[in-house]
Amino acid sequence: MPDDTMGGLSVRRERALAALADVPREPGAKKADPILVADDVKRQFGGLLAVDVDHVEIQRGSITALIGPNGAGKTTFFNLLTGFDRANNGSWSFNGRSLHGTPPYRVARIGMVRTFQLTKALSKLTVIENMRLGATGQRGESFWRAMFPALWRSQEDDITERAEDLLRRFKLDTKRDDFAGSLSGGQRKLLEMARALMVQPELVMLDEPMAGVNPALTESLLEHVKDLREQGMTVLFVEHDMDMVRDIADWVIVMGQGKILAEGPPEAVMSDHKVIDAYLGAHHDQSLAELEEQLEGGALAEEVAAELGQEGAAADDEAPTAKADTTPPGTTEDEAPTTTEGDGAQTADVTAEAAGAARNNGDDKGGR
Amino acid sequence: MDWGSIFELSIRELIGVQAIVFALAAIGINIQFGYTGLLNFGQAAFAAVGGYGVAVIVTTYEMSFWLGIVVAIGAAVVLALLLGVPTLRLRADYLAIVTIAASEIVRLVGRSAWGRDVFGGSDGITGFSDTFYDLNPFTEPLEFGPFEFRERILWVMAVGWGLVALCTLMVWLLMRSPWGRVLKAIREDEDAVRSLGKNVYGYKMQSLVMGGVIGALAGIVYSLFQGAMQPDVYATNFTFFAYAILILGGAATVFGPVLGAAIVWFAFQFIDLTLRAAITNEYIPDWLMNQNDTGAVRFMLTGVVLVLLLVFRPQGILGDRREIALDAR
Ligand SMILES: Nc1ncnc2c1ncn2[C@@H]1O[C@H](COP(=O)(O)OP(=O)(O)OP(=O)(O)O)[C@@H](O)[C@H]1O
Ligand SMILES: [Mg+2]
Repeated sequence: MPDDTMGGLSVRRERALAALADVPREPGAKKADPILVADDVKRQFGGLLAVDVDHVEIQRGSITALIGPNGAGKTTFFNLLTGFDRANNGSWSFNGRSLHGTPPYRVARIGMVRTFQLTKALSKLTVIENMRLGATGQRGESFWRAMFPALWRSQEDDITERAEDLLRRFKLDTKRDDFAGSLSGGQRKLLEMARALMVQPELVMLDEPMAGVNPALTESLLEHVKDLREQGMTVLFVEHDMDMVRDIADWVIVMGQGKILAEGPPEAVMSDHKVIDAYLGAHHDQSLAELEEQLEGGALAEEVAAELGQEGAAADDEAPTAKADTTPPGTTEDEAPTTTEGDGAQTADVTAEAAGAARNNGDDKGGR
Repeated sequence: MDWGSIFELSIRELIGVQAIVFALAAIGINIQFGYTGLLNFGQAAFAAVGGYGVAVIVTTYEMSFWLGIVVAIGAAVVLALLLGVPTLRLRADYLAIVTIAASEIVRLVGRSAWGRDVFGGSDGITGFSDTFYDLNPFTEPLEFGPFEFRERILWVMAVGWGLVALCTLMVWLLMRSPWGRVLKAIREDEDAVRSLGKNVYGYKMQSLVMGGVIGALAGIVYSLFQGAMQPDVYATNFTFFAYAILILGGAATVFGPVLGAAIVWFAFQFIDLTLRAAITNEYIPDWLMNQNDTGAVRFMLTGVVLVLLLVFRPQGILGDRREIALDAR
């Protein structure tokens, strides 16, 4: 852990915030020192335009959050940038080097490493072997040299040392020699992140790193992410939990239906009413008392109904229990205002629950 | 019943040429399937290409035996590339389908009438093994307890087991190296491996080529032993037999293929001889089965043993139970 944190704000964080201070708060805003620039990136699945990004830049040395509702195209955008999926159109460059058509393994070697929404632990490899795999430029990975341990033994020792160091930081050192397949879901998330760091990337792209991780562990994960910035890395991450985004992001990019809708510092974006209404849910920030107040007016019930139509549908397969006691997605507007006070509050709770379930179960289309 | 001779003959099979050939074929499949997760259902084609390489060069074109060996191995490499280039970027099933088809194509081309001038049709090719046996250092039969091996087979076994040992040593060295680690990781999840900067396609190709070349060695050893290259030896059941051996011994273990091959050929001979002796001694009544049935019955019994093994020991004899347990998670 770095010790240069002063009054809660570290040097790197201040630097990142300073660099972003003058950036206009509009989609496609130009950054002072972008590490990643994407232009006119489009990906079509049949009739669906899953990604349609005009222009986006990621500031070097910052933590940037990419948010948006389920199906907004975040994972697809990740897949395109890292070469796991082919764009129909567009260009993007990393450190000024064009990455269009670059296969995933080259993207990783260049210094841009991603994790997956659905964790990919290598089950029948031990935790330490998972970690060692992440190191690049290994001499022993060439066929002929592999047969002569003398040629790679010393490098392997260095790699192991680095891996053990990271495992300690991620509190996985006690699992060192267990099969990765025996880890819990949250531990696998940690392992995947630690393994990605073995590549020593410049840009780390995390697809929902906190999904399925318990609150206590989330705290330490957040610390790890902040720590990456302290080590000079740039972080781009997808996350649905707004509290976390607010906590660690220097900059937030909002995606919806494939497009970049808004950009800005967390507070600014989250108070942007367009963004709130359309993409975060109208009442994500309100207390129960406020909710009840609004309920009396009937305004909230309308919003709840509207949102259920959207989020409830997305959560359908994944959250059967939540769905069972939720108002059906098709609830109409004239039904909704008749909801009683108590019921309304409950509905709101359930909505949050359904959204949470959807977050934890999102899937990784196109990843494979 | 003459248990002495039953055991003697069975143990001959345990270390015999068939065990060598299938051990080699299974070592190749172990690299591809066991470690990398590639479904090569055409190991018979690689073995056939190996056998034909030597036979065609020496007999048809009357060139050097050593050139034949080089061509045999080169042909296996080319076959692996041909099969791998279009399929290894795709899902695992494509390689399986293409290899199973390739294995029949190689056999059918080999036995075709129009290719008779080169490949000798369904009779195959003979007369290419003289150089090999000229090198034989054994000048008299070896007697070893109740066993007696003649010079010719001694030479084949020495070379064969030498190759098995060499290939096993290579697998052992490779699979404890970072190279082997990449292969095993690809078997688990290739996208994860790609995301860590490894050229998955390249590694899969290396695995396919290496396993194929070892398969070609199996074909070379067998046709030198027989003194003939016959296409029908390399039908698809050759491949599946090698798979059964691998799974019995334990996939993704270093010694699994060798142990599996030895056990299967021992068991085959043992069951066959025991049944025959039992019939001769009328322990098994004539209406139940006669001498002609033993061939089929030993396959049935071997099948039953395999099924029981997979039920009670799905990881194979040498496999690690904990790894199987992970699949259930
Ligand atoms: N391989 C595919 N084939 C067809 N449609 C796809 C494919 N991959 C993604 N999509 C569609 O593209 C849209 C964007 O999907 P994507 O996975 O990028 O969303 P996301 O923003 O990551 O959502 P979530 O927050 O739920 O993870 C969705 O409507 C999805 O159905
Ligand atoms: Mg996603």
